[in-house]
Amino acid sequence: MNAPIRMPGRIQPAPEDFLSGEQVVSARKARRGFMAKALAFGAGAAAAGSARPAGNSAAAGTGAAPAAEGDPMILAPRPWTTSLGQPVAVRGYGLPSQHEKGLQRRESPGLTRVSAASVSFCPLQGLFGIITPTGLHFERHHQGWHDIDPSQHRLMVMGLVREPRVFTMDDLMRLPAVSRMHFIECGANTGMEWGNVAVPTVQYTHGMLSCGEFTGVPLATLLDLCGVDRKAARYVLAEGADGSSMTRTVAVDRAMDDVLVAWAMNGEMLRPENGYPLRLVVPGVQGVSWVKYLRRIEVGDSPYFTKDEVLHYVDLMPDGTHRAFTSIQECKSVITTPSGGQVLLDRGYHNVTGLAWSGRGKIRRVDVSFDGGRNWRTARLEQPVLPKCLTRFNVDWTWDGSPAVLQSRAIDDTGYVQPRINQLRAVRGTRSIYHNNAIQSWRVAASGEVSNVQAL
Amino acid sequence: MSRRCDRPGTARATWRGVIGEATSGRTAGVASSWARWSLAATMLVGAAGVAHAQAKPPGPPPAAVPASGAAPNAAKAPWSAIGRPATRAEVAAWDIDVRPDWRGLPAGSGSVAKGMDVWDAKCASCHGTFGESNEVFTPIVGGTTKEDMRTGRVKALVDGSHPQRTTMMKLSQLSTLWDYINRAMPWNAPKSMTVEEVYAVTAYILNLADVVPDDFVLSDRNIADVQQKLPNRNGKLFYTDLWNVRGAGDVRNTACMSDCAVEDRIASQLPDHARGSHGNLAEQHRGIGPARGLGPSRPASAQGQPQPQPQPVAAVSKPPLDLARASACTACHAVDGKMVGPSFRDIGRRYAQATGAEALLVDKVRGGGQGSWGPMPMPPQAQVSEADTRALVRWILGGAQ
Repeated sequence: MNAPIRMPGRIQPAPEDFLSGEQVVSARKARRGFMAKALAFGAGAAAAGSARPAGNSAAAGTGAAPAAEGDPMILAPRPWTTSLGQPVAVRGYGLPSQHEKGLQRRESPGLTRVSAASVSFCPLQGLFGIITPTGLHFERHHQGWHDIDPSQHRLMVMGLVREPRVFTMDDLMRLPAVSRMHFIECGANTGMEWGNVAVPTVQYTHGMLSCGEFTGVPLATLLDLCGVDRKAARYVLAEGADGSSMTRTVAVDRAMDDVLVAWAMNGEMLRPENGYPLRLVVPGVQGVSWVKYLRRIEVGDSPYFTKDEVLHYVDLMPDGTHRAFTSIQECKSVITTPSGGQVLLDRGYHNVTGLAWSGRGKIRRVDVSFDGGRNWRTARLEQPVLPKCLTRFNVDWTWDGSPAVLQSRAIDDTGYVQPRINQLRAVRGTRSIYHNNAIQSWRVAASGEVSNVQAL
Repeated sequence: MSRRCDRPGTARATWRGVIGEATSGRTAGVASSWARWSLAATMLVGAAGVAHAQAKPPGPPPAAVPASGAAPNAAKAPWSAIGRPATRAEVAAWDIDVRPDWRGLPAGSGSVAKGMDVWDAKCASCHGTFGESNEVFTPIVGGTTKEDMRTGRVKALVDGSHPQRTTMMKLSQLSTLWDYINRAMPWNAPKSMTVEEVYAVTAYILNLADVVPDDFVLSDRNIADVQQKLPNRNGKLFYTDLWNVRGAGDVRNTACMSDCAVEDRIASQLPDHARGSHGNLAEQHRGIGPARGLGPSRPASAQGQPQPQPQPVAAVSKPPLDLARASACTACHAVDGKMVGPSFRDIGRRYAQATGAEALLVDKVRGGGQGSWGPMPMPPQAQVSEADTRALVRWILGGAQ
């Protein structure tokens, strides 16, 4: 990126570094003349999708300054403009464009050793708005996932209720349903960064985060139907039907408030990776409590201290104690573009965009700093702004080509301000793993490269 | 699962808590300073002491108990007939959880000796013969001392003197260990162990951690006493400020807008050698829009500079096998015969005829990979130069002679 200053907003080709050796040779040959260049573009477009989508698109779609006649993308008829397209229902269930293959759920190499007890991260760097595409929703499995036959699935509600009851999916889907949009974030999201920078992109720093519209029946409806003992009930145990039979304790005030027993996400049934056919939705609470393949709800009067409340999802404090039951995902935000591992192609205007959320309520405000936290500007919040849901923010930025450190800072409707990493460390040390909601810093170098840093 | 139907049923509908925390009612309500800071383990001292006397009798649950606090309109809801009552056998079959007050713990026992047999047959392949293995899961045993057993606090958690946090270092409730083994182990056949086997494996783990002697038999009658020996029994805190949705939290920032106090320094950044750790970032971004993903081939400091020409193999520093040793490849790979990873010759045989094999393997060495040869991941080796990697790969594809 040692090119001279360019016109604001114009998209430049990616550096040759992004192209394969073959493509570099081809691009160099193409420089010899306009006709040759036009041919190279045509060849590039024809090959797009077969080799390296990013490189090909960069070469074909963002061509260098066209010659006097104009852009060959306009002057030369394109194959899709001059041929018959495909008929309906070629894909009975639609798929993303072949040019979008770069955006995938991915594991973080070395984070876990067994992929059936692992996590795949959501590619936040390429997403828009607040709804996570269903197929890109992050995954966390404790003992592998199953595709359960819904006609064989049962939910039992028992414990401190007048009558323990069993529900089939038929039963549950007859009940009065609600649809609500909520984020789900793993308690370990950003956990690799408590001590130092460890991963390169927002996919790995913040990608244990997704957001969807969930449809199901309020747990309160089921508990009332079974005659919950409201005086004695203090805690609810949720248990899954998978091999791990995941269990988590849920506070009864949450259970009687906005917790859902959900079968649908984003207008379709849950995907198997997300708990098909039934999962708990515990708005604002870490994802481990959103028990998948939900088979049992037990109402009790004391906490259960399950494996994921005693051995995992506990926050190690500097004095050697573990905090347990730290469930609420506190207010947090992150800029998704520009973000680590990216390179800005141009100086000039940029729409800086990101996500903010709070497990305690709505986002009230997001501020963005371009100088490492010294000065801040308030970003635009896009609608809708919903409680315990992702909120999209945008802010204008004109990059003059000098180094910058970008940060976002969210404030929720309780007045809580997202903390800096050193403020978190002052209280919780560096060994916690869980519940890191620190302000994220992205450094933009003069070259346009964006990298993950911790700016104090 | 049917064999589990003979396990004790539940009587929870009539039961009232014995845990101090629950009977106090403070934790479920607003966060008092007492509830915020009291150690959960402290609460459990009382629980364990009385739990045995109050252990629920085996047998089916009693008939339905009227709910004193049920919502008055619940029964009148037009959907109130949906679903059906659960049978006693059904409740018994699924009600497998064991609480810290031992509610749900089936009567039974298992010896350390029996546990060792079960362990060797069903557990050791993942967890190691002594529960110490770090190959597949985090170690279960290690990092605890006799002094920890006396205090109920694991010193290594304070001073960080043990490299990893083992299960036994964190374990504060023995019920948790019993419950988890019972519901989820072994890894590939969960819920397949008998009650005796679960007791026995639990006893064996406790023995490996020096909590119980070699001739110990763990049972529902003495498990509460063993709880009182757990090295980290006093090390856990029910932290209500991050449990209650209206909790106060623990860290404060202010919404300063201009000339805010900052140290103005970068405390941490990704080192150049780790840039390839997550693969080719260019391929993890969209190919259109205002930004692209960074390519992997050069460190951040060199991006934007002319791309260095690939070095000829002659420029490589050492003969291939020496290079493999110097680059720590031989820690996991042998020339012939599987170690942690496949042998160089096996790799060569698989890929020798594949098109683009050289580039593929160079990427795999430098960027890491998993799944081609089983679940064990190949960590990224971005510290090996591209020229050296290419030389190694050519040598491997040529048969690793």
